[in-house]
Amino acid sequence: MSDYFIAGGEKGMETFALEMKGITKDFSSVRALDNVTFSVRKGEIHALCGENGAGKSTLMKILSGVYPHGTYEGQILINGKEVQFKSIKESQDAGIAIIYQELALVGEMTVAENLFLGHEFMRSKIINWNKIYAEAQKWLNQIGLDIDPETKVKELTVGKQQLIEIVKALTKKADILILDEPTAALTESDVEILMNLLNDLRSKGVTCIYISHKLGEVMSLADSVTILRDGKTISTDSIENVTEDWIITKMVGRELTELFPYEPHPISDEKILEVKNYSVFDENGKQIIKDVSFSLKKGEILGFSGLMGAGRSELFISLFGGFKGKKTGTVLIDGKPTNIQKPADAIKEGLAYVSEDRKRYGLVLGMDITKNTTLTALNKVMKLKVIDEALEIKSTQDITKKMNLKAPSLEAAVGQLSGGNQQKIVLSKWLLNDPKILILDEPTRGIDVGAKYEIYKIINDLVKQGVGIIMISSELPEVMGMSDRILVMSEGRITGEFLREEATQENIMRCATGGKKRVQTTINS
Amino acid sequence: MSRQLSTVNVNTQRNKGLSLKLDLQSYTLIIALVLIAVIFSIFTEGEFLSSRNLSNLFTQMSVIAVLAVGMTLVIVAGHIDLSVGSLVGLTGGIAAILQVWYGWNTFSVVLVAMIIGAILGLWQGWWVAYRAVPAFIVTLGGMLIFRGILIGLSKGQTVAPMSESFKQIGNSYLPYLLGYILALVSIVFLVFWTIKNRSKRMKMGLMIPAAIVDYGKVAVYSIFILLITYMLNRYYGIPVPFLIVVLLAAIFIFISNKTAFGRYIYAIGGNQEAAALSGINIKRNILWVFIIMGGLSGVAGVLLTSRLNAATVSAGNMYELDAIAACVIGGTSLMGGKGKIFGAIIGALIMASIDNGMSMMNIETFWQYIVKGFILIIAVWIDIYSKK
Repeated sequence: MSDYFIAGGEKGMETFALEMKGITKDFSSVRALDNVTFSVRKGEIHALCGENGAGKSTLMKILSGVYPHGTYEGQILINGKEVQFKSIKESQDAGIAIIYQELALVGEMTVAENLFLGHEFMRSKIINWNKIYAEAQKWLNQIGLDIDPETKVKELTVGKQQLIEIVKALTKKADILILDEPTAALTESDVEILMNLLNDLRSKGVTCIYISHKLGEVMSLADSVTILRDGKTISTDSIENVTEDWIITKMVGRELTELFPYEPHPISDEKILEVKNYSVFDENGKQIIKDVSFSLKKGEILGFSGLMGAGRSELFISLFGGFKGKKTGTVLIDGKPTNIQKPADAIKEGLAYVSEDRKRYGLVLGMDITKNTTLTALNKVMKLKVIDEALEIKSTQDITKKMNLKAPSLEAAVGQLSGGNQQKIVLSKWLLNDPKILILDEPTRGIDVGAKYEIYKIINDLVKQGVGIIMISSELPEVMGMSDRILVMSEGRITGEFLREEATQENIMRCATGGKKRVQTTINS
Repeated sequence: MSRQLSTVNVNTQRNKGLSLKLDLQSYTLIIALVLIAVIFSIFTEGEFLSSRNLSNLFTQMSVIAVLAVGMTLVIVAGHIDLSVGSLVGLTGGIAAILQVWYGWNTFSVVLVAMIIGAILGLWQGWWVAYRAVPAFIVTLGGMLIFRGILIGLSKGQTVAPMSESFKQIGNSYLPYLLGYILALVSIVFLVFWTIKNRSKRMKMGLMIPAAIVDYGKVAVYSIFILLITYMLNRYYGIPVPFLIVVLLAAIFIFISNKTAFGRYIYAIGGNQEAAALSGINIKRNILWVFIIMGGLSGVAGVLLTSRLNAATVSAGNMYELDAIAACVIGGTSLMGGKGKIFGAIIGALIMASIDNGMSMMNIETFWQYIVKGFILIIAVWIDIYSKK
């Protein structure tokens, strides 16, 4: 910690682009931030790490003026001068730009329109479109983005949209760029472009605050790191002085003896799921899954690795009966052929599918915990077709207790809970059905280290009870750390199979890229 | 809020705050209603709360209240039905035509009105659920089509008069004794249900609210039921249309809270994609919502024709907007996923009170529109504001 400040101190105060001193913020009775100090040197990429709920977002909302001056205690200095933001606008005018996980672009508008939305070039009150498109092209060229400024934003990938968002911030002359989990939804190639862009911006003197759960990215990208825990600054240090394990330890405040609590367990020879020559076509008739065959044994954790867009989610949503396009092939469950046409059929066959996007596909955010939990298993809490409320609450209480859910009450709307607790509710909801086969699609995406660990524990318990688990994960350490066997997919095909002992990052990546040339540096986590 | 808070790793202090907040929200409506009643009572020297006027008020609100019950389901499921006004006119008109021109008996025409309502609801539901045409468009079309059919069938004439038994549906009252018996039965049921519920929760080891809270609520509800019955019995007794509203509300409150169908509607309206992946059949459930709405429009059509003792080409005009307004005032969110039938009934009562109270004060009719419009906007504003 001291090292960081000495380095800054040598060159004097003006090397800090941003200093937040003694920031304290209370929400009614809860103290969200407690005397937090956060200093960012000019022109550096500074990672901000912490578990969900550690106070990262609150700190950034103070910086960006969402919580105006006066609603918190403490001091903010930009380039050594004290500022008091009363609104988001004032913060933006001071050169601070925040790029949220949820993008703020208008899908129906073109790239250029989006870039200059709100500060269009005018000629006597009339928009000068030629200038807008010319300027947009200039910016895109400068960043090295090969995108036509007349493309509608909705036609771009999420990754490209994220980059457009950054360019938009730069057009507003942002000196301090805040990125909140920017790579959560990016494909590997987009991550690479983003990393290059950030490195480039650093060399141009733009200061960047980088919030991420992906410590691999933090280690390879950041110059310094600040760790928050329970609303307090735990540590600030240069990246050379720290390791990934050290960051994790500081974040959770305890030694995680092992990141992946894999326990050897017996796997029966009984195949509970067999998929033979399975192909899936999208609504336009394009084949997206090509002749896939695999099987899952009782009590086995089968990892599915691959790059985003390899077709893993589509394969399993289709097997689950939730995909709109056509499919061909044979699916055997417990050795018997099945005909799953809709999710209800899949549920009857003992399948459960925990989606990668829990907010969109997993939960009804406005509904309370109890109702979400029993949604797929209402028949278990009904008597004579009538919902038995007491039984419903009891079942929910029992299952959520097993999941170690933390919630103010079972009547809280699930939208209010943290990502980790939401994921536990999705798991509870499916486990209430006693599934034979549990498909987990990115089960730990966007949730903090502590909750991740708990979810791995739950996976272990389930396989011991004989549940077969399919775990789709884009995080290589996770898929290698938890699976008994790993299948790798690339462009709709299974391109590799490894037993736990054989799997290495290198051989999985080779299969995932389908033998094509692909840069691997940014792929880890 | 009869449900108690069960807790998982809870912080008790926060818990208390939460339950208080929830209670406040659901009582805002009642407070608004009481406020309206007090204001009108002052301006009418108590006449507004007289037995005779309460009886009128409950009868007047019945048609919109029946529609609001169905409309709550439609809106909660994330849709809208703009055709109900025309459907009320059409079903009521068909009932009148069959009886007046063809001499059908009352039972048959009531049944036919409801069945035709349900079939037309099914037709609209099919377009919405299976052909993915937005409900706004389908029912806007329905609004025109049904009104057109009504004008065609009735040849633009007013069809009257109805038979004595048909008139009874909307204009008769329960005998005093029967009214009191019904009130007592519902109170006994309430007490019995509370006792059973408490013992069951106790057996399962769930937390239960203090006895005084539960039985206090039962006492308040009981007094309220008795008071209303007494007030109405001081006049001619409980109006049959009001009884129909109470029965339908009870049935659909039960369906929405206690059956899978009800639960699924809330899930579909809250997040259709998540509901689909949870194994819920979206299309079939949406279809049923529209069938129910159609059937209830048939009931409302019968009530209206009976009360007017005639079917006119403009009957039910704009009722869809009153029904939607009743739901919205009652706390139903047009985004779907949120809303209560009880709230919609109170919303209908508030709307009827304004019409009724203002006409008692001899205020010109145009003011009723203006005031109702403002109340709609303010109700939603309060709802949004209270969430912040």
